[in-house]
Amino acid sequence: MKLASSKSVAADVNIRQRPTLAGRSSREALFWIAPAALVILFIFGYSVVSVLIQSFRYDGDWVGFENFAIVITDPLFLTALKHNGLLLLAVPVLIVLAFTLAITLFETRAGMRFYRSAIFLPYVLPIPVVAVVFGQIYQLHGALNIFLKSIGLDSLAKDWLGDPQIALGTMSSVIIWKEVGFGVILMLAHIISLPNETYEAARIDGAGFWRTHLSITRPAILNTIIFYGVIEAITMVSWVFNYVYVMSNGLGGPGNATMVSELYIYRSAFQNKAPELAAAAAVFLFIATLVLMIAFFRIQRRSIAGTFNR
Amino acid sequence: MRRKSGVQRSKIETTFRYLLLSFVAFTALVPAYIMFSGSFKSQGEFLNSPFGLPNSLNFGGYQSAWTDNFPHWLTNSFLIVIGAVVLTEILAALAAWGFARFPFKGRETILGIMVSLMVVPPVVLLIPLFQLGVELTLISTLRLVILIYVGLMLPFSIYMLTNFFKSIPESILESASIDGASSWRTFRSIVLPLSGAPLATLAVVNLLWAWNELLLALVFLQNNEKKTLMVGITGFQSRYSLDIPTVMAGMSIATLPLVIAYLFGQRFFIAGLTAGSTKGE
Repeated sequence: MKLASSKSVAADVNIRQRPTLAGRSSREALFWIAPAALVILFIFGYSVVSVLIQSFRYDGDWVGFENFAIVITDPLFLTALKHNGLLLLAVPVLIVLAFTLAITLFETRAGMRFYRSAIFLPYVLPIPVVAVVFGQIYQLHGALNIFLKSIGLDSLAKDWLGDPQIALGTMSSVIIWKEVGFGVILMLAHIISLPNETYEAARIDGAGFWRTHLSITRPAILNTIIFYGVIEAITMVSWVFNYVYVMSNGLGGPGNATMVSELYIYRSAFQNKAPELAAAAAVFLFIATLVLMIAFFRIQRRSIAGTFNR
Repeated sequence: MRRKSGVQRSKIETTFRYLLLSFVAFTALVPAYIMFSGSFKSQGEFLNSPFGLPNSLNFGGYQSAWTDNFPHWLTNSFLIVIGAVVLTEILAALAAWGFARFPFKGRETILGIMVSLMVVPPVVLLIPLFQLGVELTLISTLRLVILIYVGLMLPFSIYMLTNFFKSIPESILESASIDGASSWRTFRSIVLPLSGAPLATLAVVNLLWAWNELLLALVFLQNNEKKTLMVGITGFQSRYSLDIPTVMAGMSIATLPLVIAYLFGQRFFIAGLTAGSTKGE
């Protein structure tokens, strides 16, 4: 139709490059962007400003930094922060696992699609479901211990979620189980898109599996690896609520073994009815994530600039 | 051809690769198997042999789950997901067109900041939004939850669509504006028809997120009749702690729509979830 008939015109339009009218252009942009911007401003802008204001008040009065002082000296909040910190240790594990699986899948022809689907499936499952099912598997008389005993490893059978020494580790194993598939998919997609010549030299040199991938694949997909690492670091700091809430029945137990900052904020606000303290804790968490946000911003900015200049 | 390396890979290495993949695939699939097979077992059978196949297909668990509040929860989940995904799709497409088509000062920075909003922990937004919800008596309404979900999904959605709209060849768009089409008409009759795949991908990613969201739904939907499936099953677990097959049946019901979507739309899942990562230059 119209599209086809005007194709020929398009060619010389490109040469002439119509001048852009900056003023009119930004007014038009505003018209398109405004509806979404209003929603985003309401959800993010309003909330962040309110939470900031509230963190300095108590019962309607201005109390300066008092809420912050109470929260930062609360051993429970410090424990929660420490646990978020410990969960960050799962990030390098995730990176190594995902990279290993991605290059293994890359080298595999027969059955590659099946393995890829299987490995990616956990990432699609709802966290509450995953947490409930693993809650059963990790019971003292649950599936994992039955399995360990059946292969003669009785000594490894533990009270996975009941022992405060290991409960957080158990929790992180569930997170790793669910998140690793995402990394595999990200890295595999990037490896497949690399140009054929990438592996030419290695092939001629006769380099082995690990040498090839550590010295060629790893640097070639480094930005994807970093991206994945940042995403997972964000997950460990600000998205673990669902796992913890479901697996510990909302308590962060046993004891406080799986208390994390999100749960601390949730409980301060809705169970202890202390929204001001929750707000102060939320501000601390927000500041902690700012560091991650800046890292994320820098990565994305580079690719955004690439988008607009291509 | 790339994978047919000149080096003769030893048989041992190949075997080892398949062993590793099989082990990981097994680990990835076994919890889903335990859940699904467990939903047909009796309590004793589940506790004694979690790995075995059920002796007989026992639908009691599904019956109990279904006569509980599952129909309500399922309906709420569907309504919220559809409402939020459709609204997000519309708003994001409009905004992304604005970003992609009209250069203005600070465009990259604004987009960059917006993308970074994906990182803000939802728990930070929770308290003020909840207080506002109480004031406006919007707690336990689907409307408020839909609005919050839209807000949370927009940053990524706009980012992804902007990337796509930017990749539409300039010549196609220029020819339309020479023909005198308004930017609205160009958008409607040229850009949108070209965007089927990215819009579908985005819908799948957002659907996955909204279906699985727990924290906000937990706080904002307190009335049992208004809960989503994820909130429902979270409480369901403790009420049926002595009847694991019913719990597993409930979990299977909650998972099934997703697994079906995954099996049919796997390529959209993969495309969508890799879209956020930086592409190699």
